[in-house]
Amino acid sequence: MAASSDEPFVYVRSFPAEKLPPPLAATGAVGWLRANLFSSPTNIALTLVCALLIAWAVPPLLRFFFIDAVWSGTDREACLATPEHPTVGACWAFVRVWLSYFVYGFYPTGQRWRVDLFFLALAFGIVWLLRLSAPRRDIAAFYFFIVLPVLSFVLLHGAPPIGLVVVPTALWGGMLVTVIVATVGIVFSLPLGILLALGRRSELPVVRLLSVIFIEFVRGVPLITVLFMASVMLPLFVPDRLAPDKLVRALVGVAMFASAYMAEVVRGGLLAVPRGQYEAARALGFPYWRMTGLVILPQALRVTLPNIVNTFIGLFKDTTLVFIVGIFDFLRTIEAARADPHWAAPTTPITGYAFAAVFYFVCCYGMSRYARSVEARLARSGRR
Amino acid sequence: MADQTQTGARYRRRIAGIAVQVGLVVLIGGLVYAAAYNAAQNLARAHIASGFGFWNNTAGFDISQTLIAYSPATSTFGRAFWVGLLNTLLVAAIGIALASVLGFAVGIARLSRNWLVARLAAGYVEVIRNVPLLLQLLFWYNAVLKSLPDLQGSIALPGGSFLNTRGLFLPRPEFSSGFSAVLAAFFVGVLGAIVLRLWARHRQERTGAEFRIFWPTLALVCGLPLLAFALTGAPLTFSPPQMDRFNVRGGLEILPEFAALTVALTTYTAGFIAEVVRAGVLSVSAGQAEAAHALGLRPGATLRLVIVPQAMRVIIPPLTSQYLNLIKNSSLAVAIGYPDLVQVFTGTVLNITGQAVEVVAITMAVYLTISLFASLLMNLYARTTSVVEH
Repeated sequence: MAASSDEPFVYVRSFPAEKLPPPLAATGAVGWLRANLFSSPTNIALTLVCALLIAWAVPPLLRFFFIDAVWSGTDREACLATPEHPTVGACWAFVRVWLSYFVYGFYPTGQRWRVDLFFLALAFGIVWLLRLSAPRRDIAAFYFFIVLPVLSFVLLHGAPPIGLVVVPTALWGGMLVTVIVATVGIVFSLPLGILLALGRRSELPVVRLLSVIFIEFVRGVPLITVLFMASVMLPLFVPDRLAPDKLVRALVGVAMFASAYMAEVVRGGLLAVPRGQYEAARALGFPYWRMTGLVILPQALRVTLPNIVNTFIGLFKDTTLVFIVGIFDFLRTIEAARADPHWAAPTTPITGYAFAAVFYFVCCYGMSRYARSVEARLARSGRR
Repeated sequence: MADQTQTGARYRRRIAGIAVQVGLVVLIGGLVYAAAYNAAQNLARAHIASGFGFWNNTAGFDISQTLIAYSPATSTFGRAFWVGLLNTLLVAAIGIALASVLGFAVGIARLSRNWLVARLAAGYVEVIRNVPLLLQLLFWYNAVLKSLPDLQGSIALPGGSFLNTRGLFLPRPEFSSGFSAVLAAFFVGVLGAIVLRLWARHRQERTGAEFRIFWPTLALVCGLPLLAFALTGAPLTFSPPQMDRFNVRGGLEILPEFAALTVALTTYTAGFIAEVVRAGVLSVSAGQAEAAHALGLRPGATLRLVIVPQAMRVIIPPLTSQYLNLIKNSSLAVAIGYPDLVQVFTGTVLNITGQAVEVVAITMAVYLTISLFASLLMNLYARTTSVVEH
């Protein structure tokens, strides 16, 4: 410091600094608005554009789906515009009248308790299997993958010896078929996918080659072509008298398709298991299947559970494609009801699609929330 | 002794492995043989020909959208195949381009610091991803496009276009002879821009002096063709569609099926691309941006030189699989009757010829080829961009 001059430097303030203006609200509602919506001119412009967009889109939608909507009626007359009721919104009366068809298809009215029972048994299995804190989830797996398929088949198809009338699959339809296709997809694709994933990592070259060919082949083509293959080629490949039912053919196609995707998901889980786990199991003298079943798979499936659920969401959405090979799934029943001349009104198609969209959205969004919560939980336990 | 049992166990394991493989081969071979035998029997009983001889037979059915010359009376099934394939590629190419733009925009919007923008983008992604594509496609086709006014009530759009329930009718561009000069100018411009870029980078590496290439590039790529266009006397004219009482003549017709499929594929895939983009940008750690700022890079340069290159490495592989999904999903065209490969070939041709095995096999082979080609490119890309880990 150049303190050579006589005048000593003073570093201490001798008078108070001028008061700054109070800070603009940085907390509370105003602060939040400033930080998140109006922080810069660009942001203000963006906020205004979005607000205008919402103001332009939301009120007409609300009016269409709720305020102007028709809630009751017996045929199209209720949903047609009349001089005293010029704007007609969504035709919910149409959905109300057709609801049982959307759920059960042509399943005989007197037998529909069987479908309800099936839904209950399925819901029970799903909740037991997916609640991470539920007791004895090994029994749940046994129930879901062995007991439930047999039970469902007996319940839905019927078994004359115990007094259940046979209901041919041609009468099944609606959400029932959608749920069946999705459930069969998961029940078959998970075990098959695990086998394929293990096969792809096998030391045996033939097993590895066959697994890779199957997985890459199915993943390389659209589901539609797999379904076409199942529905037009499968009957050719079996003797005439064994020709499978139309629904069964579609189920075979869906199961094949889903297992290839599941195999890749499971493979991702297998890759996440540290090598040391394999080596430790080997060192303890475990043979291959016991090592896989007791050490590797439990860890791999746990890590990959969110991905399995995400694959299942994709599968659930893809079940709509069975529509194209002539199966009466939920979407097909909507299309059939929409084409009914008794209900041909300008707003029925949109109403039907909106109803279907809500159904699929609720199911898929629910599953994706579940996947996210599992992921968060796994991340927490991983940090420990 | 211990050595002997070791070799014994290993020997037994090898034998078991070979037995399993032989058993598997025999099993699968038997299944294939049985399937082929049954198929031959069933086909013979139904008097259906086999083999690919039908390829050169006259097709005899009409196709609503043909990019290459096709006539039902003279064209073959083989020609119909190419028409369908081109239609698939057309909708896929346009869908990929539009979905990329929309998807990147939504993905970036989801990361916006503006709460409203981020929430709107998130809402879009959630709704689009959780509703089946087929339902969205039917919605666009049956609920939106089919509710457009009919021919008499056509909506007249600026520039001589019409929109009605039969489709969108645009003026058809007519290229006269001088247009090739414009195309040539465009290619010269692109080539010049590439050379300029290489030179600018080389100079910067050598001397450190930066050369701003934006305006010169724009001048080369856009200005040069425009200049050629003006010099050759505007060789491009538009012939608008003419509407009479029952029909629309001339002009460029965009089928409602095509429009619905493009819109549905674009909006659906964009929802998935948005998630890919978001994950990619988030994968670049905040320290990278902070380090770039600390080195004195401007925000734009930080984005361009630091964030994007690293994010792209994460984005490209899942992005490719989304593009492949879009190509595969374009086969949903069959639900609304857009004449893509599946609709033309697995639908109409299969119904006419009855040769399920051949027709489905050809269709699957096309999609497999596309998929394998894409994964080949992806592996090459992954090799060039993989970071050498220490």
